[in-house]
Amino acid sequence: MITTALLILGALALVFGAILGYAAIRFRVESDPLVEQIDDLLPQTQCGQCGYPGCRPYAEAIANGDDINKCPPGGEATVRKLADLMGVEAKPLHEEAQNAVKKVAFIREDECIGCTKCIQACPVDAIVGATRQMHTVIADECTGCDLCVEPCPVDCIDMIPLPETPERWKWDFNSIPVRMIEAD
Amino acid sequence: MQSLLDKIAAGQLWSFPGGIHPPTRKAALSKKGIDSLPLPDRLYLPLRQHIGVAGSCLVQKGDHVMKGQPLTQIDSSMSVPVHAPTSGLILAVQEHTSPHPSALPELSIVLEPDGLDEWRERSPLNPAEWTPTSLLERIQQAGIAGMGGAGFPTSLKSAVQQPVEFLIINGVECEPYISADDALMQEQAETIVQGIEILQHILAPKAVLIAIEDDKPRAIQAMQHATQGRDNWFLRAVPTKYPSGGEKQLIQLLTGQEVPNGRRPIDIGCMMFNVGTCFAIAQAVLDDIPLIARVVTCAGDTLQQPRNLWVPLGTPVSDLLHFCGFQPERKQRVIMGGPMMGFALPDLTAPVIKTSNCILAPSRSELPAAGEEMACIRCTACAEACPASLLPQQLLWFSKAKDSEKLDEYNLADCIECGACAYVCPSEIPLVQYYRVAKAEIREQQREALKAEQAKARFEARKVRLETEKLERQRRNEQLAAERAAKQSQSDDQAVTAALARAKAQQASPKLQAEPATGATPAKANQAASQDPRKAAIAAALARAKAKKQTDAAAKAVDSSDSNETAAPAEDPRKAAIAAAVARAKAKKQADTAANTAASDSNEQVETPAAVEDPRKAAIAAAVARAKAKKQAEAAADIAASDSNEQVETPAAVEDPRKAAIAAAVARAKAKKQAEAAADTAASDSNEQAETPAAAEDPRKAAIAAAVARAKAKKRKETDPQ
Repeated sequence: MITTALLILGALALVFGAILGYAAIRFRVESDPLVEQIDDLLPQTQCGQCGYPGCRPYAEAIANGDDINKCPPGGEATVRKLADLMGVEAKPLHEEAQNAVKKVAFIREDECIGCTKCIQACPVDAIVGATRQMHTVIADECTGCDLCVEPCPVDCIDMIPLPETPERWKWDFNSIPVRMIEAD
Repeated sequence: MQSLLDKIAAGQLWSFPGGIHPPTRKAALSKKGIDSLPLPDRLYLPLRQHIGVAGSCLVQKGDHVMKGQPLTQIDSSMSVPVHAPTSGLILAVQEHTSPHPSALPELSIVLEPDGLDEWRERSPLNPAEWTPTSLLERIQQAGIAGMGGAGFPTSLKSAVQQPVEFLIINGVECEPYISADDALMQEQAETIVQGIEILQHILAPKAVLIAIEDDKPRAIQAMQHATQGRDNWFLRAVPTKYPSGGEKQLIQLLTGQEVPNGRRPIDIGCMMFNVGTCFAIAQAVLDDIPLIARVVTCAGDTLQQPRNLWVPLGTPVSDLLHFCGFQPERKQRVIMGGPMMGFALPDLTAPVIKTSNCILAPSRSELPAAGEEMACIRCTACAEACPASLLPQQLLWFSKAKDSEKLDEYNLADCIECGACAYVCPSEIPLVQYYRVAKAEIREQQREALKAEQAKARFEARKVRLETEKLERQRRNEQLAAERAAKQSQSDDQAVTAALARAKAQQASPKLQAEPATGATPAKANQAASQDPRKAAIAAALARAKAKKQTDAAAKAVDSSDSNETAAPAEDPRKAAIAAAVARAKAKKQADTAANTAASDSNEQVETPAAVEDPRKAAIAAAVARAKAKKQAEAAADIAASDSNEQVETPAAVEDPRKAAIAAAVARAKAKKQAEAAADTAASDSNEQAETPAAAEDPRKAAIAAAVARAKAKKRKETDPQ
């Protein structure tokens, strides 16, 4: 009696095990690796302000347990998203990083000596120019990472805040400058 | 079952959810006609007056333009040009306050009218040439963008591939105060109908539906009159309800179909145009009048003469208000657009553009400022009023929490910002403002995400580029290194063979006798030194060693003690060098003395080996010569012995290699001088002797060595007579 029961149960175990094993291979779900997910949340400015050489290395560092509040260009929103993803408490950014305004690099072109040092520093190839030719920044591609300012030997690169345009304007209804029209 | 078209033909109307009934306040204006505004002093024409992208500016400061002349050029289908509303002078192309809630400056063309109002040449499109393409082209070139408020380029909207079932003409104009379309329909019904016909020509719809709210009887009458007798044209008087003029709401009202989430009306076969757009199309096609003016409702209790006006585009709002007798109150608000969807203008220098349908300057009693915002009491009045069936109270929470995922889940994108929710809210919450902020935030996030994606792609591309550049450099370096190595080994080989040849030649020549060696060695050393000092040194040392061996043999006969002394240091190359030098010196002296006696003897030898062609015979001859030379040396040794002994002692004492080298060099120089002195007698002798042994070993190398030896002998001869 007992042997029969054991045999039946054993056979069942084998059958189900085989089914499960097959299903695990056949219906394998390719999960998005964590580093990829983190990298997608980062702003990709490649600025290195986190202390890592680019966004992906920082993503790897976060995946390995580094702090999530080291990305000033991403701001609070990125920290929040990272906190959600990693299941950790959202930490505030450093004070000076909180009020960061989006900026783009601007080369004062008549002062540029054409040394190409900034071109080599730009992580997104957003500076055009050649040796002894004037360089200029493609503002649309500039991530405002600041990395070109330091190498410039003549200090002709400024980081200027991005001008606000009607398209980018955010209905900040508490600050609408309603000008009062005085009676004539 | 009845088809949709049959139902519409039968006069059926549907309904949309929600909606409100605010006081319309239109009666005063709808009976008046449209006046014309006198030309203002300045016109400010923003380059972009519609949704899409601005064209590039065609004019510059100081240009004179004609009425209707295009001022910008279109670069894409998403842009339409801007035209000069009147003739005049371009004063500047500069930033000017935009008619936007932000009042941020925008690039605008400043035009000073010259008062002549001169038209450019006009060429109406011949109806025979009416094809959808030519008509769309004309509509785009005329700068027509949707005049109902959104300002979408009409040509782009009309250029659809999908079949159009219902062409809907929107004359609903549901917002309070606004009566611009009403007035236009009353005055220009015929032209509007012509515009609709043109659209019908382009789109070929199954039916044309014209919708007018039932509180505009005069407009309905005028349009009814104009559209009489047309098949499948249906004029619908729709019940007054806000916002039945919304595109999606009107479609639902007229056809009972709902535009699905995230789709466009054309996806359900509907296409809608404002009556103002139809009028502009007719003018552009039939009269070649581009969009340079529009009807603007100027309303509000602070205006003494509120009216509808034909306003040239670019007219500053202040001019408009002034013309209508503006009597501003304290903290006066001026609203562009209607009271529901419009926005307060922060700056009255902002111009009228293609989408401005109303300028409202209400008194405070007429349109009280919004009260204090109170907490949401979850009464759901907003949800009942929402024409898009959204849940405004939920959206409010998520907007405040900036939870863009939840906002998306609750379909914030479907909000038409009609303001019905805010209108009914008992807590006076400016709900639409929250949604606008949230929408702007989401747009910004999307833009950022797009930019991040681009930046990432560029960063990756750069990394790949740097990597390939690095590999390229590495490859080049390797190639160069390989080339260098090949060159090096080649020159090494050459040096080795040269050294070997030299060594052989030397071996061959001094073996015969000591005399020629003295002359040949320094010369060779010089030659070698110019090529490679080290190798030359080795070669020289070898040569010297050989010379020494020979002298050893010679010295044996002279003095045994002397030869011992010289042989001992021969183990060490340097010492050997010194010894060699000494030996050379000895040999020379011997040669000097021997020369006197040997001269006649060797002359005889000269003839003998020269004639001998066979190497063997040469070897025998060489042996004979050697033997003779030895005998001569022995004879000479008696005289030279004492002299050479002294010389041997001196350099042997020198331990320091450098000094030894110097000493050796000095010795060599001496030897040379001696050799030169001896040459007078021994020259011919040694020359021939050198030839003989060389031939014995290897004919070729021997020939070369012999040639070199001859050349040297010649030189010596040349220098000696002097």
